[in-house]
Parts: sequence; structure tokens; C-alpha cells
Amino acid sequence: MSGDVDASTWVATRRKPSALERLFDNKAFLIFICLLPAMGLLLVFLTYPLGLGIWMSFTDTKLGKPGIWVGLENFQYLMEDRVFLNAVWWTIFYTAAATALKFALGLWLALLLNQNVPLKSLLRAIILLPWITPTVLSAIAFWWIYDPQFSIISYVLKDRLHLIDSNIDFLGTPWNARWSLIFANVWRGIPFVAISLLAGLQTISPSLYEAAMLDGASSWQRFRRVTVPLLMPILAVVLTFSVLFTFADFQLVYAITRGGPINSTHLMATLAFQRGIPGGSLGEGAAIAVSMIPFLIIATLFSYFAIGQRKWQQGGDE
Amino acid sequence: MSNAVNTGVPNPSDYTEDDGPQVMAWDSGARRMITVYLPLACFLLILLFPFYWMTITSFKPNGELLDYKNNNPFWITSPTLDNIRKLLFETSYPRWLVTTMGVSFGATIISLFSSVLAAYAIQRLRFRGSKWVGLGIYLAYLVPPSILFIPLASVVFNFGLFDSPWALVLTYPTFLVPFCTWLLIGYFKSIPYELEECALIDGASRLQILRRITLPLAVPGLISAGIFAFTLSWNEFIYALAFISSSEKKTVPVAILTELVQGDVYQWGSLMAGALLGSLPVAVFYSFFVEYYVSSLTGAVKE
Repeated sequence: MSGDVDASTWVATRRKPSALERLFDNKAFLIFICLLPAMGLLLVFLTYPLGLGIWMSFTDTKLGKPGIWVGLENFQYLMEDRVFLNAVWWTIFYTAAATALKFALGLWLALLLNQNVPLKSLLRAIILLPWITPTVLSAIAFWWIYDPQFSIISYVLKDRLHLIDSNIDFLGTPWNARWSLIFANVWRGIPFVAISLLAGLQTISPSLYEAAMLDGASSWQRFRRVTVPLLMPILAVVLTFSVLFTFADFQLVYAITRGGPINSTHLMATLAFQRGIPGGSLGEGAAIAVSMIPFLIIATLFSYFAIGQRKWQQGGDE
Repeated sequence: MSNAVNTGVPNPSDYTEDDGPQVMAWDSGARRMITVYLPLACFLLILLFPFYWMTITSFKPNGELLDYKNNNPFWITSPTLDNIRKLLFETSYPRWLVTTMGVSFGATIISLFSSVLAAYAIQRLRFRGSKWVGLGIYLAYLVPPSILFIPLASVVFNFGLFDSPWALVLTYPTFLVPFCTWLLIGYFKSIPYELEECALIDGASRLQILRRITLPLAVPGLISAGIFAFTLSWNEFIYALAFISSSEKKTVPVAILTELVQGDVYQWGSLMAGALLGSLPVAVFYSFFVEYYVSSLTGAVKE
């Protein structure tokens, strides 16, 4: 302010940083410190157990008894185990059927929501409800809806609409139980797919549709030639996550059927739990869990190449 | 990420269906009714019916609950709080709620702390190999808990944490940290680097920059990551089922399924009341932050 401090008399008033502060300004040290908590947690509770699980699958570890190396014995046993083979088949079928339905219906719902409907943000919030409620708790609601005697669906179809003569035994026969589980999974999965795809739809420029309309494209052609290709990248990512988590699903099946009737709805994850924790054969359970890994890798690679394709489509700026 | 944040702003695509079709005389009111509102109403009906059914069941007296002949099952003639009273005073439900709340908060705080530091290091301290660390964290998210719980059970046992809530507080971050880190990397990316450079020139240390500049600007990201972490830990099931055995230490989802379901006669009223009360905290939490939730959900997918 006043001009009595000139350059020759001015003294730096900034205090010298302490040794600790200088240590924290050292970039290498800072990087190490910043990554330590996340990396530590992931290494101890994710990477190490993953390796341990693969090792356990080659041993005969039991609950409370360290195992010894038995080579491929667990897998050989599983290969001849009808329950396991059935679980593999059913896991693939469950994933395929549920994903196909989730995406067909989710895309439809996203397209509906994209049509300038009133109260859009409120609708979007309501639609996400099935996805945010704890899976097990909504599964219990489905369990009650599927009750053999007091099912509300049977009641409506039988006593109100007179379409059927007797109650539907939703969880009593293998195929009924399977479709009931798929329905519950689709119910829970639609919101996520719909909201993600809606976000993708909103990034598509309206001028593309106008151009297509000027060229005389029908609404189906606009959907097929404009919407679908531009939605592909986000579709691929959502699809991978959906496949991955449906394949590794545990909660729904455990809560609604626990693998029954007669083991017909055991997913690989529920079977691994059944054999590993209450059954006590940790080695065998780990072998079942490990057999899921190849399928998961295929799904991940699929996502990798789908994203690669996106870069190629957009001219690959990264 | 940036276009996901301002979801409240009218999107150009909102006008498509309004202008185009009217000009083309394509979309009459009746047609719009059948192609848009009717399917939408069906979707809403199916998506919301289980909640309606859950609610109505939890307030029904037992007599009405199992008698469809003399009562309309879609309505309650004499609502009762009996099921909820039974749940709160005759079971350890309050204990389970407190445990779940504690575990979720603990896991969320640990995850947020480590994710913020990791995301800052990966996105802002840019070092050789930071891309690989980021990829590694992304891959960690793709490992589902259902292939980890058996070996994790033995790890937890060896650490002496079996049947302790700490087992859950420490294992939940395995799926929370990767998710939150990716979310926060996206947020940090949207903060101009120049701000940090200015602070560096003014003589701020790296930690001061993180605390005074980057974190305050990333608050929306922190809130989204926190909500996600909290809901995901509240919903977690398989670890809680495998690592906790004593009744009073269970979390709500596990306890309802293993403690309330006993014998062959199910107490549907109490079960539904338990499910409803267990979903309520998440739903309330969610309704406060719905915009953050939707934007981060869609943003995370777009990344």
C-alpha cells in the first residue's frame, strides 16, 4: 500500500515447510500414501482370496480343517455330478432368458420415457424403486406373491377372471419355479436397463432424426438405422454388467426357492454356498465358484471388444 | 459425465417428439394414448405392484390375510399395526436395524476415504502406470462376491473376525472401493486442472490442494459415491449370510430370511412388515438424493 517497501528490503515472510510437509510434497511418496488404503483393502480382501479360492479348489479343505492338495479331483467329481451339471445349464439359461427379457422390455420402457411424457423425472424416480430396494426383501415379497395357496396372481386368474380352475403352483414344479425366478429377476433388472438406456437415448442428436425423416425413413427405419447403432456403445456396457451380475446371482434364488424343488433351480453360486458353508466342503464349494470364472472372463472380453468397436466407430480419438 | 450432471436442464431431444411428429401429422392423440401411455401404465403397474402388496399385507390382520372369500384382498377393512408391533417388540428387529446401519456407515466411510485418495492419485497425480492401476481397479469391480465368499470366509476366520460386524465393514469395501473410485475419477476429470496449478503457484502443498480445492468442488461426486456405497452395503447379502452366525449380529436382509422364517407356517404379515421397514431407510435416503443417484448411475455407465 504505502511505497516504503522496495525490492531490496522485502523479506519473504513465508515460513519454511517442515520436514513432514516436504515429505508430503514428494510426488512418489504422495502417490504411495494415496494408493495405500484402496490397494491394501483390495489386495487383502479381493486379490488374495481370489488366489486362495483357486488354490482351495484343488484341495479337500473342510470347515475347520486345512486341506491337502488333491489335484483335479474336485472337478472330476463335479463333472459326474448331475446336480452340478444341471446348475451350470440352468445358470446359463437363467442368464440368457433374463437378460434378453430385461433388455427387450428395458429398451421399450426407455423409448416410452423418451417420448416427452409429463412428470418425467418423477416417473424416472419411481421406476428405479425396484432396483434400489434390497433384493432379498423384494424377493420375500415375490415369495408371498408366489405362495401356492394364497397367491394373488392365482386369485385374480381363478376367482376374478375365471381363466384357470386351480391355483398355480408357482414354486412347486421345476419349470414353474424357473420362470417365476426369471420373472422376479427381470422385474428387478428392468429399471437399471431402462434408465441407463434412457440416458443414452438423450445423447442422440434430434437433427439425425430430422434428417432421416426428410429422407422419408419410417419410424421403424429410424429406430433400426439411427437409434440402435448410436445406442450400441452404452448397450454393450450395460449388457456386460447385466450378464455378469445375473450370472453370479445368488440372493433371488436363495431367498425364493433355495435351489428347490429337488435342486432344479440351483445356480452355480447357490450350489457353491450350499456345499461350501452349511455343507462344510469348502474345497468343493470353491471348485464350483472357480468354474464360474471362465464364463465371467468371456463376458468381460465381450465388453472389452464391444468398447473397442465403439472407438472404431467414432474414429478412435483415444 | 458432464452431460449426466445437468439432467435437470431440458435436453434438446425433449423437443423431438413434440415438433417433428406434429409437423408430419403422424401422432394423433388417440394413437399416442395407445402407443405411449397405455404401455407405460402397464409397466408402472407391474413394477409397483409388489410394493403395494407388501405394504397392504403388513397392515392386514391375520384373519383377513388368509381369507380371500369374504374380503377383497386388494384392500384392508380393518388395518392393524399388530404385525409391526410384533416385529419391533417380540423379535430383535431393532438390533438388526442398528447393526445394518452401523455396518453400512462404517463400510461407506472406509470406502469413501480410500476411494477419494486413490481417485486423486490416479486422475491428478498422473504417474507412469496410473492407467494400469485404474484398469486394475475396474477389473476388481468385475469380480462378483459370489465367487469370493468361500475363500473370504477362511480369511475372515484367520483374522479372528468371524461372526463380528467388523468382518462386514472390512469386506464390503472390496466391491465399494472400485465403484466409488471410478465414479470419483470421472468427477475429478471434470474439475479444471488450472485451478490446481494456480494453487501450486501460490505455494499450496498437494494435500492443501486436495483439501481446499479439489474436494469442495467434488462434493456432488462424493455425495453420489456415498449414496451408492450406503445402498449397496445395506443391500449386501451373501457376505452377511456367510460370515455372521449369531442371531443378534445379523443384518436386516439376512435376519428376515433366516430368523423370521421358522417352521412351516409363515407369518406373512410380520415378514412383509419386516421387508417394508428394511427397505424404508434406503428408500428415504434415495428420495432425498434421487437426482444425484440417477446422474451418477447413468454417468458411471457412460464412462
